[in-house]
Amino acid sequence: MKRVPWLVPTLYILFLLLPIYWLINMSFKTTNEILGSFTLWPRNFTLDNYVKIFTDPTWYNGYINSITYVLINMVLSIVVALPAAYAFSRYRFLGDKHLFFWLLTNRMAPAAVFALPFLQLYSAVGLFDTPIAVALAHTLFNIPLAVWILEGFMSGVPKELDETAYVDGYSFWGFFFKIFVPTIAAGIGVAAFFCFMFSWVELLLAKTLTSVAAKPIAATMTRTASTSGYELGLLAAAGTLTIVPGAIVIYFVRNYIAKGFALGRV
Amino acid sequence: MNKTVNQKAWFFVLPVVLLVAFNAIIPLMTVVNFSVQETFGDNMFFWAGVRWFEQVLQSERFHAALGRQILFTAIVLLIEIPLGLAIALTMPRKGPWVSVCLVLMALPLLIPWNVVGAMWNIFALPDIGLLGRLINGLGIEYNYTRQIFSAWFTMVLMDVWHWTSLVVLLCYAGLVSIPDAYYQAAKVDGARPWAVFRYIQLPKLKYVLTIAILLRFMDSFMIYTEAVVLTGGGPGNATTFLSIDLQKIALGQFDLGPAGAMSIIYFLIILFFSWLFYTLMMKDEAR
Repeated sequence: MKRVPWLVPTLYILFLLLPIYWLINMSFKTTNEILGSFTLWPRNFTLDNYVKIFTDPTWYNGYINSITYVLINMVLSIVVALPAAYAFSRYRFLGDKHLFFWLLTNRMAPAAVFALPFLQLYSAVGLFDTPIAVALAHTLFNIPLAVWILEGFMSGVPKELDETAYVDGYSFWGFFFKIFVPTIAAGIGVAAFFCFMFSWVELLLAKTLTSVAAKPIAATMTRTASTSGYELGLLAAAGTLTIVPGAIVIYFVRNYIAKGFALGRV
Repeated sequence: MNKTVNQKAWFFVLPVVLLVAFNAIIPLMTVVNFSVQETFGDNMFFWAGVRWFEQVLQSERFHAALGRQILFTAIVLLIEIPLGLAIALTMPRKGPWVSVCLVLMALPLLIPWNVVGAMWNIFALPDIGLLGRLINGLGIEYNYTRQIFSAWFTMVLMDVWHWTSLVVLLCYAGLVSIPDAYYQAAKVDGARPWAVFRYIQLPKLKYVLTIAILLRFMDSFMIYTEAVVLTGGGPGNATTFLSIDLQKIALGQFDLGPAGAMSIIYFLIILFFSWLFYTLMMKDEAR
C-alpha cells in the first residue's frame, strides 16, 4: 500500500463501475440475448431500448416529471433557506438552537413514516398527482439540509464584510443580494447540488404522491417491471438514463464537491 | 463567530419554519392520531389509549425487525467508515486525477435508489448477473433470492457500494484542509506515518467523521427503497428491516393503529441517537 498508493482508490473505483457497466451493457442488448446467453459485452448491439424510451410518451414523460419537481424543489429550498441560514450564522435569537435542531430532526424522519399522512394531506389540499406536491414534500428533508450547508458556508465569511458594506451605505437587502450572495456563490451551488441529489434519488414519497399525470421516471420503471413481465433491456436503458443527469450535475460542482459534503465546515 | 442578539432574525427563518411545519407537524399529528385510536372503517375512530404501543413493543415481529435493523446498521457502519477513511487517505491530493476520482466516486450517490436496487438485483442474479456468475463460478453456492446469507451479503455489499463514497468525500474534505506546514513539522520531528495519522490527521477528521457516522446511521436505519427492490424483504423475512415492515403493516394490511405506534417508536429511536451525536458534535464545535 505504501509503494502503490493509487492502488486502493483504483480498485475501489473499479468496484463502483462494475455494476454500472453491467447495467449499460444490458441496455444495449435485446431481451433475448440477456435471458438466452451470458455475454460480457453486447453481441447483437441494439439501440431499440433507447429508441423506445425516447418515442414512447409514458417513458419520456417520466423524465420530464422527475426533472420538473426536482427543479421546483431546488429553487424553493434555496430561496427560503438563504435568509434563514443568514439568520442562523449572524444572529442570536430566542430559541435559535432548538429551532436548528428541530429542522435537523426532519432530515431524520423515515420517509416510510410519512408516506401515508402525506398522501392524505396532499389529497386534502388538492395537490395530489402534481409535481408541486412532490416538490413540497421533498422540502421536508431538503430545506434543513440547505440551511445546514449554507449556514456552514456563511459562517466562513467574516462579519467585517457585512459591517464594511453598511459603512459604505448599502441597505441590508442591497448588501445581501449585491455582495453577500455572490460571495457565497459556491455554497449556493453546493446546496443546490444536494437538493437536486436528494430529490432526484428519493422515490417512496414521489411514488406515493403521484398516480398518472406526474409519475416520476423511477416509478414508471417499477410499474413496467411488474405489469409487462421482465423487459430487462428496456429497464436497463431507463436505469442508465437516470444516471445521466446526476453525472452532468456532479461535473459542474466537481471542485466544490468535497467541501460541500463536509457541509462547508472544513 | 460572535453573534449579535437580534429577535427580528425570526422573520428570516419564518418561511422555512412555515414550510417545514406544514410538511412535518400535520403529518406527524396524523400519525399520533392513528397511534392512539381504533378504527373499524368508515372514518369512525375510537380512543385506544396506549394499547397499540403496548402491542408493538411486545410483538415478536417488531423485535425481530428491530434486531435485523440494528445488525444491518452496525455491519455497514463497521465496514463503510474504516474503508472510506482508508480510501480517502490513499487518494491523490493534487493533480488532474483528483477531479476524475471525485466525480467517479460521487456517481453512485446520484443514482435513484430504486435504480440502485434494480441494478444490484440484476448484477447479482446467479444466471444472468456478473457477480452471481462470478461467485458461483468460484464454486461457492450463491443465490440471494433463496439463501439468507447470500441475501445479507448482497444487501451489505450494495450498501457499501452505494454509500462508502459519502464517507470518502467527507474524509477527503477534512484531509485537504490540513495545511502543508503540519506535515512538514511532522517530517522535521521524524514522525512515523502512524504518528502523523494519529496526531495530525485524525484530530482534524473528528468533525467530518462525526457527520459521516451521523448521516450513515440515519440513512442506513431508514433504508427502504433499495432493499425492497433488491430482495423485497426476503427470503422469508430475512431482510425485512423496520421501514419495510412498517410499510407492510401500514399500506399492505392497513393496520393504521399499530403502524402509527410503530412509526412513533421508530422515529424516537432515530431521534435519540441523532440527538446524542448532535450534542457531541456541537460540543466539539464549541471547542
